[in-house]
Amino acid sequence: MSEAISALKGASHTGFATVAEAGLTGMISIRADLKSKALAKALKGLGLSTPGQRKVITADGRSVAWMSPDELLLICSYDEAPGLSQSLSEALAKEHSLVTNVSDARAMFTVSGEKGDEVLMKLCPVDFATFPEGEMRRTRAAQVAAALWRSGPQELSVICFRSVAAYMLGLLEVSSRKGGEIF
Amino acid sequence: MLTLTCPYCGVTVEETELAPGGEAHLKRFGPGASDEDFEGYLFARKNPKGVHFERWRHAYGCGKWFLAARCTATLEVFGTYPAQTTEPPAELIVKINEKRPNWGGWK
Amino acid sequence: MSTRLAKGGRLIDRAKPLNFTFNGKPMRGYAGDTLASALLGAGQVMLGRSFKYHRPRGLVASGAEEPNALVNLGRNNRHEPDQRTTTTELFEGAEATSQNHWPSLEFDVGAINDTFYRFLPAGFYYKTFMAPRFAWKHVFEPIIRQSAGLGAAPKEADPDRYEQAYDYCDVLVVGGGVAGLAAALTEARAGKRVIVMEQTAHWGGRAPVDGGQIDGQEPESWVAAAVETLSDMANVRLMLRTMAAGLHDHGYAIGYQSVGEHAADGRPRHRLWRVRAGLTITASGAIERPIAFSGNDVPGVMLASAVRDYLVNWAVSPGDRVVVVTNNDDAYRTALAVQAAGLTVPAIIDAREAATGELPELARARGIKVMTGRGVAKVLGRKSVTGVEICAQAGEGGVIETVACDCVAMSGGWSPVVHLWSHCGGKLVWDDAAAMFRPDATRPPTGAAGEPLARVVGAANGLLQLGAIMDEAGIPAVSEVEAPLMPVWVMPAGAKEKLKFKAFLDYQNDVKVSDVQLAAREGYESVEHTKRYTTLGMASDQGKLSNINGLAILSDALGRPIPVTGTTTFRPPYTPISFGAVTGEARGELFQPLRRTPMHGWHEAKGAHWEPVGLWRRPYCYPKAGESHRTAVNREIVNTRTNVGLLDASTLGKIVVKGPDAGRFLDMLYTNMMSNLAVGKCRYGLMCNENGFLSDDGVVVRLSEDTWLCHTTSGGADRIHGWMEDWLQCEWWDWKVYTANLTEQYAQVAVVGPQARMLLEKLGGMDVSKEALPFMTFAEGTLGGFPARVFRISFSGELSYEIAVPANMGLAFWEALNAAGEEFGVMPYGTEALHVMRAEKGFIMIGDETDGTVIPQDLGLGWAISKKKEDYLGKRAQERSHMTDPKRWKLVGLETLDGSVLPDGVYAVAEGHNANGQRNTQGRVTSTYYSPMLKRGIAMGLVLNGPDRMGEVLDFPADKGAVFKAKIVDPVFYDKEGEKANV
Repeated sequence: MSEAISALKGASHTGFATVAEAGLTGMISIRADLKSKALAKALKGLGLSTPGQRKVITADGRSVAWMSPDELLLICSYDEAPGLSQSLSEALAKEHSLVTNVSDARAMFTVSGEKGDEVLMKLCPVDFATFPEGEMRRTRAAQVAAALWRSGPQELSVICFRSVAAYMLGLLEVSSRKGGEIF
Repeated sequence: MLTLTCPYCGVTVEETELAPGGEAHLKRFGPGASDEDFEGYLFARKNPKGVHFERWRHAYGCGKWFLAARCTATLEVFGTYPAQTTEPPAELIVKINEKRPNWGGWK
Repeated sequence: MSTRLAKGGRLIDRAKPLNFTFNGKPMRGYAGDTLASALLGAGQVMLGRSFKYHRPRGLVASGAEEPNALVNLGRNNRHEPDQRTTTTELFEGAEATSQNHWPSLEFDVGAINDTFYRFLPAGFYYKTFMAPRFAWKHVFEPIIRQSAGLGAAPKEADPDRYEQAYDYCDVLVVGGGVAGLAAALTEARAGKRVIVMEQTAHWGGRAPVDGGQIDGQEPESWVAAAVETLSDMANVRLMLRTMAAGLHDHGYAIGYQSVGEHAADGRPRHRLWRVRAGLTITASGAIERPIAFSGNDVPGVMLASAVRDYLVNWAVSPGDRVVVVTNNDDAYRTALAVQAAGLTVPAIIDAREAATGELPELARARGIKVMTGRGVAKVLGRKSVTGVEICAQAGEGGVIETVACDCVAMSGGWSPVVHLWSHCGGKLVWDDAAAMFRPDATRPPTGAAGEPLARVVGAANGLLQLGAIMDEAGIPAVSEVEAPLMPVWVMPAGAKEKLKFKAFLDYQNDVKVSDVQLAAREGYESVEHTKRYTTLGMASDQGKLSNINGLAILSDALGRPIPVTGTTTFRPPYTPISFGAVTGEARGELFQPLRRTPMHGWHEAKGAHWEPVGLWRRPYCYPKAGESHRTAVNREIVNTRTNVGLLDASTLGKIVVKGPDAGRFLDMLYTNMMSNLAVGKCRYGLMCNENGFLSDDGVVVRLSEDTWLCHTTSGGADRIHGWMEDWLQCEWWDWKVYTANLTEQYAQVAVVGPQARMLLEKLGGMDVSKEALPFMTFAEGTLGGFPARVFRISFSGELSYEIAVPANMGLAFWEALNAAGEEFGVMPYGTEALHVMRAEKGFIMIGDETDGTVIPQDLGLGWAISKKKEDYLGKRAQERSHMTDPKRWKLVGLETLDGSVLPDGVYAVAEGHNANGQRNTQGRVTSTYYSPMLKRGIAMGLVLNGPDRMGEVLDFPADKGAVFKAKIVDPVFYDKEGEKANV
């Protein structure tokens, strides 16, 4: 797997906040009945549980997020994604489900710093003043789809499609330029 | 620009996160249907000035289709509900009856 | 002559002088000045020429309503036309030039129009430039464009940065005057999340200029305390220099913030706020109305409120001798302010028969001459005021007395600023006593729940006296009690035509009382039609000063009450906003998202010429040094067909469909049967919409018992995925099917050509022989160390493999193929080679052979339509009478007789003409290329009864009288037996 490279190889910019591509990240899409016991069991094995509506749960460096009423996204390390994808598929084999490794289809970014919210305020129709921790928000950043959550103290993570990674970094860069602080 | 509440996500989002899908509760006619029924299914749309049931997709969000009852004249939204139904929820009909006594029904 | 006074000026800082130029002339103002106050303070009364008659014009107002004093600002890439001097804060080094004159402001050739005003009435352009038709483009339009219009458009890209931001609040207060601040205090104390937007650079609005007392304090002190209180509240955001441009559906408000105007510290110049407010409180104040008398546009005739603004705010005297003309008490404040500044008021001309209010009495007590029942017959002077002729307001304009003056301060009463209230449906009511339209609180604009989404307070609500304004907020306040005004729409009431020809309603568009009356005589009744016909209320001030006067004149001419005439529509933005702010971040590289495949950078480095496909860029061809695109394409085709070529096919849609009902679902989606496709096999499939028209195509692969992989066109992936989800969610929601759009998970490479197998064998790791991996099958494995899915499918008619690897390894895989293929003569090829090769094989392309009106049956694809299935999407439509019409145009190949290439899209003509006198047609070209293999032009087209007319020659007229003759042939031009792919 040594030849795998993320869309932007971890490129970053520092303005009034730091925006960076997060590099290779494992992502697994799970489509299933979210009430499934087999699903709960499989997630429990990872120290996680089935998140409720819009929730994102993190444990042991992995996160699982509610993406829609029948879809979760498991975020893990890039290297473990193929194996995890396989084992989840097997765990749900007896139920109607679809587990796919989408690690390569996406790009992930972090926006960090005290004024990180102000970067995304310029791009997303989301009320960041009331946007809580532990919530996954799927929305739009300028002209492309984005999913974002508060991934740490003074840090937001943003996922978009791989093909528009450069566009997303461009948006984040221009929105975090010094002098562009809102408050 | 409208705001609608996605019944799946429970968030109120602006129209730029949504994709419109035209009139709701159409009945599909396939092979064997009369020309008249098929024409109605393909082309005849209500386009009322007033209460309208319509399809919206939370395109930039969960990707799910939902339905909305909305007044096309004042843009008042009476309610949104999941698309997996052939008719509007009864409580929504009650609410519309209260607000628009002469609206004429959804069919 | 205007000048700067030695003392006073509440908004200027005399310790901070600023230098600027006007028409190249150096001038000086102070920090806190607007460009308008600085110009006036520097003695510049005349600031431009009018739009139509090129009459000299100066400042009328002191705020956003200013119609005349627009200038060009800046130079080169920071040049901007039509900048309103009254809302432009003065800055060091500002370079302003006047507009709409030639050759100079002082001497202007176009002013001859003013002499011939009789020949330029309302609707002049409509009446004059009717015929001959050709003259419009070549004679009239160029002349009008030269002579009309205001400033010059900038020619260079704007170097400044602009951005947008989203925000949310419970209450948005528009206007930072005393009414707005009071409302903000009330809402903030109730715990609401409040945003206050004030368009100017300071708080308090008119109250500090107009005086009175609020809660026992001077207005200025009360304002300072209120702002301090609000600033300390965490739930309040105060925004100066932010104009609320519009209020839209469901409480969506647009705020236009000036952030770093002329700053060189990295700040964006403007920020456009996109605010969702639960409630918008409009506290936008009121605008004073001019009075229509002859010469009311001569530089030096100003609104009474503007005159005292310039005096009190900026210590600028508009003139030494100021005549006040009014129909109300408020304008007396101007007379008192002029006198307090040590200047002279020769007379107050009051149209009312009596003036007995507190303010007139105060003026009389201070020795100012008050003339009641009088009006202005005419203003004397051309480039500046020299005097006024006074007449009886009730009469026809007979001059009673002439008074020398250099400034006229006029007031026709006030109009509430109702724009935001009206933008999304709030209704107005005519207040006869106050002669104004004001918001009708019983008919507000409504929001998503049917609730009122706006409320209006203060002068915007028609409350013009401080006591009433503050009483609304429960705060005690006092000011002089004012007597009622008398509506005056024309001065004098019986003004003769000659006077009305120079009595201006709309300064910016040069519309006079006579124009509106003419429009009424010519039958214009609708105020909206009259607006377009006369241009009253158009252009960048949108009739802020002129609308009410204009519709009063129209109503009078039509003999009906003003509310019956109504107002024109108030449209956002309230004042013009910059294109940069509207654009935000969407410029240059970020204008539109550009989708890149994992190999995009490699293509770029190899000098690929790009073809846009949806938002993707795909290499069209890879020209070598000195090679034309055509030569490169031909080389790529010949090399692929003789050696081996590589195509970046990553953009192809890849949708996984899984579940117990997936086969049944795909049978509905595709015209052909997919449920019976064997595991490991591939099948070409067609998708139609419910109209029966072909919408997408691609190869379907059965990955396992319950899982299929659907390839779509590059442009169709998202659309088809959405289409699948639509049917699954909204029609067959009880079917157990899941889909996942994995388009971007994989980089996909087509390895094409006779040497393709040898190349893959060299990479090693998988058996890609004919026996192990026959045509239209797939295999999974590790190829050259890459986890890969290999499909034996071909869009070129050659031995071909399409190989999918994880996108993050796409570049490495592509490079490995190029390196390993060197000995086989591998070359990348682009989309044009792909197109030519598929056309050589007679394969259709969605978007070329289809255009949303073509059904599969038209394209000879009947073999891909299942006869066994009872239903599939589009099946019923394909049974409709005109779909089964034998006269539908059908796909054929076309070969020119001389080997030339047919132009794209040309039609084959038939005998006779249609009802429009055009030649009848019998077919058209859908794809046409030069085939380097056949060394001749090849084409595909749709032709009436085409497949039955093999060998017939059709005429295809093209540009410049050329007629191409082409023979109808089989659409498969190359390797008709299909021997090359299946090896």
